[in-house]
Amino acid sequence: MATLLAIGTAKGLFLATSTDGRRSWEVSGPHFPMTGVYAVAIDTRRATPRLLAGTTSSHFGPSVATSDDLGASWHEPEEAPVAFPADTGATLGRVWQLVPAGADQPDVVWAGTEPSALFRSDDGGITYQLVRALWDHPHREQWGAGFGGQAVHTVLPHPADADRLLVAMSTGGVYRSTDGGANWAPGNTGIRAYFLPDEWPEFGQCVHKVARDAGSPERLYAQNHHGVYRSDDDGRTWSSIADGLPSDFGFPIVSLPGRPDSVFTFPLTADSERFPVDRRCRVFRSSDAGASWQPASAGLPEGPFYPAVLRDAMCADDATPGGVYFGTRSGEVYASRDEGDSWSRVVAHLPDVLCVRAAAV
Amino acid sequence: MVTVLVPGPLRGEAGGESRLTVAASGTLRAVLDDLAGSWPRLARRIRDERGELRRYVNVYVDGEDCRHLGGLDAPVPETAEVQVLPSVAGG
Repeated sequence: MATLLAIGTAKGLFLATSTDGRRSWEVSGPHFPMTGVYAVAIDTRRATPRLLAGTTSSHFGPSVATSDDLGASWHEPEEAPVAFPADTGATLGRVWQLVPAGADQPDVVWAGTEPSALFRSDDGGITYQLVRALWDHPHREQWGAGFGGQAVHTVLPHPADADRLLVAMSTGGVYRSTDGGANWAPGNTGIRAYFLPDEWPEFGQCVHKVARDAGSPERLYAQNHHGVYRSDDDGRTWSSIADGLPSDFGFPIVSLPGRPDSVFTFPLTADSERFPVDRRCRVFRSSDAGASWQPASAGLPEGPFYPAVLRDAMCADDATPGGVYFGTRSGEVYASRDEGDSWSRVVAHLPDVLCVRAAAV
Repeated sequence: MVTVLVPGPLRGEAGGESRLTVAASGTLRAVLDDLAGSWPRLARRIRDERGELRRYVNVYVDGEDCRHLGGLDAPVPETAEVQVLPSVAGG
């Protein structure tokens, strides 16, 4: 069994493969050179794993391509796989997120986009349709745009209940559906929006990333634009778990699929100082759902370190013990095959890393 | 017939061809609509889903930038040459 690590960068997709238990990696690419690959997914629900890549060419626009041979060949449908219907007056900026649904919906794939919208595929991620109820939500006119644009950057299906779905957007915050996407309600109670006159609004938060816990699907972790939170009620309400972290600012947050109560972050100093805290390359890890945090940096670079890790540039694999991966804006990718106890470098000198995803294939 | 010149980065979406011929003429919109019927993946790299020219794609009609000729309403004679070129952009 090999492990595949898909690395989306500002100038293409790179694929790293390990066949020796994640000790060493062979890197190929770039696939889709000169496109920003903001979203990548490895759909292991199928007999043959399917790779999905959301690409954006600054000249020729966005698209989604799929591969059923681990990247040897890629395919796009004739018509645009993700496109806004004419009556919306909107045009697709880019696909920020591609997420296979639960195992009970083997052909469903979700796509989060810029502008903020959710699309659903019922053919395994080849073509997608706009989820109207979220697009028509009365709050939409008040959703804002972060520096990266206005986007649904996070989609979290519930692993055991196809009706339950969570999305997060910058800015706008968390929205939840309990009926398969027919209705949506904000889920931001307890998340502070320090950048607004009302710091505790119903919506409008700048949630950077949300991760779901392996042990209890009702338990979620959120990295906010300042603030790190946990929800124990499937995103209805949130409580701070930032105590013990050197900073509550950052972009990614990850939980290991095989390790309940595990959380990983890469703290940056502050909104106004987006360097790693103390200029050191450190992941912070919690094994008690955020009650306490410890640095996990054995094997990571020592000495001054300035690059940030973007919201989708950290991920976990599905192995035991769990693997954790992150890529930097300086084009380095690091991997841990022991749940953060130690790290080694997979590759360096790539373009800015935008996203990573890993799975056994 | 109108001839459409395809830039290198897009030839993969045009069967490897650098020149395509299109029966429609009259306006650039009509030419690109016709092109979309035969080469949809190529066409959507030139125009977005609203039918607008992508910001960093330039189209020349007999050597004139279509944006100076009325954009998609630019007149395209029956024997015109329509050249698609990526603009100077990107990092």
